[in-house]
Amino acid sequence: MKEGAFMIARNYRIIPTLFILPSLLFLGVFIYFPLVQNVINSFFDFSVFSQTKEFIGLSSFKELFQDKVIMIALLNNIKYAVISVAFQVAFALILATILEDKLFRKIAPVLRVVYFIPVMISISVIALLFNFIYNPQMGILNGFLELIGLENLAIPWLGNATTSIYAVIAMSQWQSIGFITMLFIVAIQKIPKELYEAAEIDGAGKVRKFLSITIPQVKETMFVNTLITVTGAMLVFNEPYILTNGGPGFSSMTLSVHMYQQGFVKDNMGYASAVATLIFVLTAIFALIQIRVSGTGKDE
Amino acid sequence: MTKTNVEVELLKQDKVAKMSKSKAKLDINTKISKNIVLLGLLLFAFLILYPLYWMVISSLKSYDEIYNNVWGLPSVWHFENYSTAWSLGISSYFTNSLIVTLATIILVVIIGSMAAFTLSRYKSKWINISLIFIIGGLMMNPQVALIPLFELLTWMDLINTRWALILTYVAYRLPLTIILIRAFFLSIPKELEESAIIDGCSEFGIYTKIYLPLSIPIIVTTIVLTAFFAWNEFLFATIFVDSNILKTIPSGLMNFRDALRTDWGVLLAGMVIASIPMIILLVVLQKYLVRGLSEGSVKG
Repeated sequence: MKEGAFMIARNYRIIPTLFILPSLLFLGVFIYFPLVQNVINSFFDFSVFSQTKEFIGLSSFKELFQDKVIMIALLNNIKYAVISVAFQVAFALILATILEDKLFRKIAPVLRVVYFIPVMISISVIALLFNFIYNPQMGILNGFLELIGLENLAIPWLGNATTSIYAVIAMSQWQSIGFITMLFIVAIQKIPKELYEAAEIDGAGKVRKFLSITIPQVKETMFVNTLITVTGAMLVFNEPYILTNGGPGFSSMTLSVHMYQQGFVKDNMGYASAVATLIFVLTAIFALIQIRVSGTGKDE
Repeated sequence: MTKTNVEVELLKQDKVAKMSKSKAKLDINTKISKNIVLLGLLLFAFLILYPLYWMVISSLKSYDEIYNNVWGLPSVWHFENYSTAWSLGISSYFTNSLIVTLATIILVVIIGSMAAFTLSRYKSKWINISLIFIIGGLMMNPQVALIPLFELLTWMDLINTRWALILTYVAYRLPLTIILIRAFFLSIPKELEESAIIDGCSEFGIYTKIYLPLSIPIIVTTIVLTAFFAWNEFLFATIFVDSNILKTIPSGLMNFRDALRTDWGVLLAGMVIASIPMIILLVVLQKYLVRGLSEGSVKG
């Protein structure tokens, strides 16, 4: 033991420092530095390939408040958040409860995998697929509506300014429901079985057990899942970018797509940085709550 | 350690179910409602699977049939769509995705486990600060860092190389990886390393001979999560790599679509090829994936 203690003391500085240094370097260079740089960029006017940045103070932030597209985008992000929470958190919890019910224990493992498949598929594949599904000429959505006699509902979902954002959101629900359901399944499996057995002895039905045992027991998971969903909705980029590129007009614009277009399409990097700063502030609030509640990194 | 072991849980469930099976005789009411719920579950599974089935079937059709024979099976099975897709570019996207994913996995596992080793074995003020620094990395979102990262990678002369993706992917995967592995390392009994030290094992030896071999399960989880992320990542892949020969599958598919115009069967074949590796991963390594997702749910 004495020798061992000596070894630890000798290596105390070298090994641990060498071991953690690469990680700190990676995070510092590729995560924290860009974050700080982005806030600094918000005060400048510059383009992608220009070497010079012109200091313009708070002008970009003032512009944010006058930019009508920002309001449309923010509203779309909020719609995304509200619908996703209703569908993915509420519906996913019910789905998970049903899948964990012993009545369905034979078919549940298969269904779990089926519901999870879209989560594993790249967003670009999913979005290209939904481009076909929503296609007004040959898409299976309108084809199906005509089949059941609802042909007056068959509209160009992505080409219509009132429906485009909802079509994008619907695809997101289709893809992500399995993910949140899986998180709930794991949470439900952690609930002590005795609680349900005791309730059964007291003659509680399934609905009663769901309301008075499942929901209180998975409260924390519900909260975390809500925050994941809301944060995701505030950041959403891929889905609207691939399906509609924010259009028609600005009808399905989100904050991230607006940032991308301002920066990389219109080469208005300074203003795009200000939009990114806005996104950061919005998500940081949710992330802080999330980390406080879930207690990541706590010693177990 | 309060880690969920899905298998153990499922076994327990089975036992409970068997015990109560004799007790609970299903009356007719439960049977009816069971079948209604089952119908709902199957309908939902159909809703998930049908678009994917349509994608696979249509990938074997000619353009004309995709357009005019939306629901039916192909009259002529165009298996050559797959070889055409492969030779028209999917092979190079596939190879790039493979290289980027493998490199990311290797770096994340090595760098992440090293940092976790330090964080779980040593205590000091600096270690605590490093831990907070790393957990904080979970809060940061790629969208916000996009423009500064683009500048940084341009300055490093890495833009439009595979390294642009590998390095940024590693950075964004490290926080979660370190947190998962560290939690696992903390559960390794101290007696093991004490006896190793007595046997003259160095610090490095403790890491490679004791910690790493004992942590295979959590490392597999990390590998699955990282593979899933790197294979499907879209935003960085689109913006940091411009050259068609270096693109990964998610961003390459966009180019593929633009180049093919109406050769939809080939495009759909490419989409199927892009999805297959991750679906195999899901089916084979489901247990590890579920564990990782539930423990890493703070990130989503």
